[in-house]
Amino acid sequence: MLSRRQFLSVAGTGAGVLIAGGWALHRAWPDSTPRGGRRFLGDADAVLIAALAPVVIGFAGVDRAAVLRGFDLAAAGLPPGPQRQLRRLLDVLGSRWGRHGLAGVTLPWGEAAASEIEAFLQRWRLGRLQLLRGAYQALHALICAAWYGNPASWEALDYRQPPVMEWLP
Amino acid sequence: MSVHPHLPDPLAEGLAGGWRVIDASALGGDLELNADVAIVGTGAGGGISAEILTRAGLAVVLLEEGAFRTSRDFRLLEAQAYPDLYQESAARKTADQGITILQGRTVGGSTTVNWTSCFRTPASTLAWWREQFGLSDFDEASMATWFERAEARVGVADWAAPPNANNAVLERGCRALGWPSAPIRRNVRACWNLGYCGMGCATNAKQSMLVTTLPAALEAGARLLTRVRVERLSFNATHDRVEAVEGVALGSDGLRPSGYRVRVRAAHVVLAAGAIGTPAVLLRSAAPDPYQRLGRRTFLHPVALSGALFDNRIEAYNGAPQSVYCEHFMPAAPLDGALGFKLEVPPVHPVILSSVLSGFGVGHRRLMRAMPHLNVMLALLRDGFHPDSEGGRVHLDSDGAAKLDYPVTDVVWEAVRRSWLAMAEVQFAAGARAVLTVHESARLVHSWAEARRLIGELPLEAGLARLVSAHVMGGAAMSRADSGGVVDSLGRHWQLDNLSVIDGSVFPTSIGANPQLSVYAFSMRAADSLARRLTYGQSDREN
Repeated sequence: MLSRRQFLSVAGTGAGVLIAGGWALHRAWPDSTPRGGRRFLGDADAVLIAALAPVVIGFAGVDRAAVLRGFDLAAAGLPPGPQRQLRRLLDVLGSRWGRHGLAGVTLPWGEAAASEIEAFLQRWRLGRLQLLRGAYQALHALICAAWYGNPASWEALDYRQPPVMEWLP
Repeated sequence: MSVHPHLPDPLAEGLAGGWRVIDASALGGDLELNADVAIVGTGAGGGISAEILTRAGLAVVLLEEGAFRTSRDFRLLEAQAYPDLYQESAARKTADQGITILQGRTVGGSTTVNWTSCFRTPASTLAWWREQFGLSDFDEASMATWFERAEARVGVADWAAPPNANNAVLERGCRALGWPSAPIRRNVRACWNLGYCGMGCATNAKQSMLVTTLPAALEAGARLLTRVRVERLSFNATHDRVEAVEGVALGSDGLRPSGYRVRVRAAHVVLAAGAIGTPAVLLRSAAPDPYQRLGRRTFLHPVALSGALFDNRIEAYNGAPQSVYCEHFMPAAPLDGALGFKLEVPPVHPVILSSVLSGFGVGHRRLMRAMPHLNVMLALLRDGFHPDSEGGRVHLDSDGAAKLDYPVTDVVWEAVRRSWLAMAEVQFAAGARAVLTVHESARLVHSWAEARRLIGELPLEAGLARLVSAHVMGGAAMSRADSGGVVDSLGRHWQLDNLSVIDGSVFPTSIGANPQLSVYAFSMRAADSLARRLTYGQSDREN
């Protein structure tokens, strides 16, 4: 068991790496080029988001392709500063050391067990460092927006737009 | 549906009819314009100023970073509205990401997307400004004239329809507890009571700047440039006058510069870019700030939230979003004691709900599926009065983009916890089956006693407690003397002769009530005085 001081030191190092290392990685990480009609997400990002989506939404059958489309659109619409931060976060999580060392997920994202992904999200959500909580919230907000902004998700919520929508051109 | 009510879009008609509006993303080269007055921003301050100055016969150019969206673009869709109409896709955050800030970024600014709640500046706030800041102009009687004029201009009236079920929870709970509550006045005309004000009004009922002052100004000849990001003001050699507003045209994505520059030379410049944007323009310009007041004391009315499940359907997405408020915890005195807070409810739609509900996975999904039965309540904290509530500070990041540092101090956290308790109490009093404080460590609780125990133990930390803000104020405060602020009580910059600040950044504290009507009234007063000074050929400094 790590003491609190040791934990903070480890977590602090991780956070420093998360901030500082992302940019260096960005330059060396070929997969962050948008592909397949996407405007922001690279192939590695897409594998990561597709793995997180069912765990975040709490539904194994969630339409991952729809979440990816919504995520991509939302990320592409962010202004340059926040978009760069998201790029760094995805690059760090997409790297082997980031996934393993920071997220604690042993297998590549496409093969990771839902339980392992859940444990990672829980650690970041309630983490001692606001940097990790903020990173969790960014992923959570984008994945939720990508899904719940999509009318395909609304029937399960028993939600519909008002009837006036049928009249609008 | 066979009946198609005719929904006119007067703005689209005006555009077709020859209003002088330039979408800078379509420019094929640099653009240089001359004007009597350049106004940066088209929200509450910019819209009000544009109408008054144009009607006074002045040649006005407005610059707006967002796009010209009108009722025909508003389709009640969060996925469309947030990226299109809000700063940073409605995910703007304070520097430590502890508070999410909702701010408009479109023609009409936040008035295009606000929830239409109208309150006069509380008398206690005006008295505080007189006593603590020496702003003796703001006596109640003379301000009443401006509130009346502003209310008439934007159609503020009592809301006759019964509150929707979400607001009725607040009303019922207050009645059960003996807390006073009252109806909220709204700036709407012929409102359809839909509940989607935050996504832009599809029926033009909301009397935002988009349908009131801006069409009036454009009709009278004002020019509007959209998708221009103002970078800085340029000054004369002695740094006491603004010579021009310098901006960049944005590309068709509305986010990145297209490469063309925009320059507006004007005899007078009005900054109305909001309480983050206005200080940021001045900081990027390295404007004189001899007393280090610029960007300081920025207030947010930090908002804490509480959800509650009811057996009956609430459908907090339908109906006028805010129609009831409670000021039981907002004492008129002492203002500088423990922070007061005001209870209201927000509208609830799928995206915004999913992003604030605690947790993820199966539990989160279960709550999402209960959305039709969910009431959400909010507590708006009155910051800026207690000595330990000095608000935040706007600064620039390495790209020159604005960042707001807003440390949540102990006195603010204390009020957050008290407000969670009050909200849970009123929700149970209204018949809630369960309450969920909006905090990552909270869980559903089923009684007021259980809520008290849980809320008492919740850690008060950024990123665990979910805080939001829709009211950014301050950062270029009015003051009696140049050492105390950035502008005088008419918005005139203390060091730059031909520059006025006319927006919510001039407030020396938070308002203590939803601020749109305050921005309208103070802006009318400042713009009216400016129009008289400019048209009578007086120097800006006289009067």
